[in-house]
Amino acid sequence: MSSSNAKHPELSTIFNKDEARVDWHDETLWWIRQKRDKAAWTIPEWEQLRDTASSIKNNVLSNLHDYLAEFETNARANGIIVHWAADGKEHNEIVHAILKENNVSQIVKSKSMLTEECGLNEYLAQNNIDVVDTDLGERIVQLANEHPSHIVLPCIHWKKEEIGELFHKHLNTPKGNADPQFLAGAARIHLREKFLTRKIAITGVNFAVAETGEFVVSTNEGNADMGAHLADVHIACMGIEKIIPQRKHLGVFLRLLARSATGQPITTYSSHFKKPNINQTMHIVLVDNGRTVQLGRESFRNSLKCIRCAACFNTCPVYRRSGGHSYHTAIAGPIGSILAPNLDMKKNADLPFASTLCGSCSNVCPVKIDIHNQLYLWRQEITKQGYSPKLKTVVMKVMAVTLSKPALFNIGGRAARWVIKYLPFMVNNRLNPWYKQRDLPAAPKQSFTEWYKKNRK
Amino acid sequence: MSSREKILAAVKINQPALQQLPALEELKAIQYENDFDQFKTVLTTIGGTLVEINTTNEITEYVKHNFSTHQNYVTTIPELGEIKMLDEHLDPHFLENIEVAIINAEFGVAENGSVWLTDMEMKIRALPFICQHLAVVLHKKNMVSNMHQAYSLIGKSDYSFGVFIAGPSKTADIEQSLVLGAHGPKTMTVFIMD
Repeated sequence: MSSSNAKHPELSTIFNKDEARVDWHDETLWWIRQKRDKAAWTIPEWEQLRDTASSIKNNVLSNLHDYLAEFETNARANGIIVHWAADGKEHNEIVHAILKENNVSQIVKSKSMLTEECGLNEYLAQNNIDVVDTDLGERIVQLANEHPSHIVLPCIHWKKEEIGELFHKHLNTPKGNADPQFLAGAARIHLREKFLTRKIAITGVNFAVAETGEFVVSTNEGNADMGAHLADVHIACMGIEKIIPQRKHLGVFLRLLARSATGQPITTYSSHFKKPNINQTMHIVLVDNGRTVQLGRESFRNSLKCIRCAACFNTCPVYRRSGGHSYHTAIAGPIGSILAPNLDMKKNADLPFASTLCGSCSNVCPVKIDIHNQLYLWRQEITKQGYSPKLKTVVMKVMAVTLSKPALFNIGGRAARWVIKYLPFMVNNRLNPWYKQRDLPAAPKQSFTEWYKKNRK
Repeated sequence: MSSREKILAAVKINQPALQQLPALEELKAIQYENDFDQFKTVLTTIGGTLVEINTTNEITEYVKHNFSTHQNYVTTIPELGEIKMLDEHLDPHFLENIEVAIINAEFGVAENGSVWLTDMEMKIRALPFICQHLAVVLHKKNMVSNMHQAYSLIGKSDYSFGVFIAGPSKTADIEQSLVLGAHGPKTMTVFIMD
């Protein structure tokens, strides 16, 4: 994502420069988390529903080979052209080849985190293809030359005044108008023209049904449908883990998805694409891009159960206060932090540490992924592979030696108390990030051991 | 080896031992005492409008009264005599100026206020999305409590395209302010017939 090599602590420092904005970001996301709770509480069997969804996904991962083959057979029988891509590069090339074949250089695209993961927009731009993201939030970040900071709410970090300014520049809206109703109306007119004139539409996929060869796309805006139904060619891109066994299982997942994501009982549209439209060609691109590797990692394969609702983002105290861009990866937040190290352990070594391990993410996950456990396990794996931050490694080694030798521990404690008392700047300085938002209490005169020895009768 | 073979081989090696599918029958899903009341409450909460009618004539009257500034109405329901029938062979791009589209819905779902319709009812897939205002006609008896029952009704039916629609299209992407009418219809009316 970000081209620099800045890591989560540095990037969140940038986000934290504007404290009022951090508070606003934090409160907005917490409000969405509360809406999720209210929606969940309207369903008495909510916990049983989560258990069921989790079991279905466990079955999917354990039988993925056969389900993929079954899906492919049924989708082909429905008249859909099926492609397989080993990685992001191959995915992008397949999409580009379809565009070339149809002589098309302008397309519309609805939300697909997979295409973000594969860097499709950048790839197509280099090949002189004009891609218009049609989800309002995605269009906003696209016009601003940014990436989404949240997988469900792509421009959650933007203020309406800033969007008004952006639209004034790009869509010619009157300067100073920041009314959401007005701005959404302007975007509606701007994007309708794109829907009506583009010959190829790309969509993501929420669920693909092995039994029937159909796939389901959920949106609130209707942008996936406007694009797909008005285009000559519909390309749907999906990760191989999006398969579910049977049509009836959609009932379980559609009950969980929107309630977990935004607190809605269901998204406005849950569109079931089974066969191409009359005079239309329909393609599906099945993408691996590291998923089979993750499937083989026993500790981390559960992460492939994710249905991309972002409930773990909204509840995460670190995400809410550091912003999506501090995660420097297509999928931010707690789930992104366990997916990203699989793709590039060195580059994303910082992400599993961007957590308090409080476990709130695991508590809200609709498919019961043990996210905080996996974050903890990734820390161990990353340290074992030698990718953990150097300073932290040295400090940890010193601590391990100190804690294993009582005499050293006593001397160290005495020295530390003396330093904190007489030379506080030695520890409380810019080189020690622990002090950034914290203060140490005054050091006691003696340690507990010293006190105990003196007072023991 | 093609990517297809490579991926399938890698999946086979890496997938864990088989875990059984849970039986959905064991899921005790919510049942409302009155599905219609629940449907009405949820639909209204998500920005939809519910209108109870006795005859199809009332649909025509209602539409004329409430969307009277324009006349570009279209329907796929033959019984609505006065309103123009949709030409099934029309290029969907020509639907751009449709003000109101009136379509039959197969059934409604009380827990989320959605209705299910397929290309059998809509004829042209773009129709319920491109119109400025959407109206569907639903028989009061065609109502289920939850999504599990919804999929029992759908069963193995062989539609080409099917959709659950719950209210007007909407967005909250600008500072979480709810705006009705994102890219699709700005309003959704559900006519309930006995």
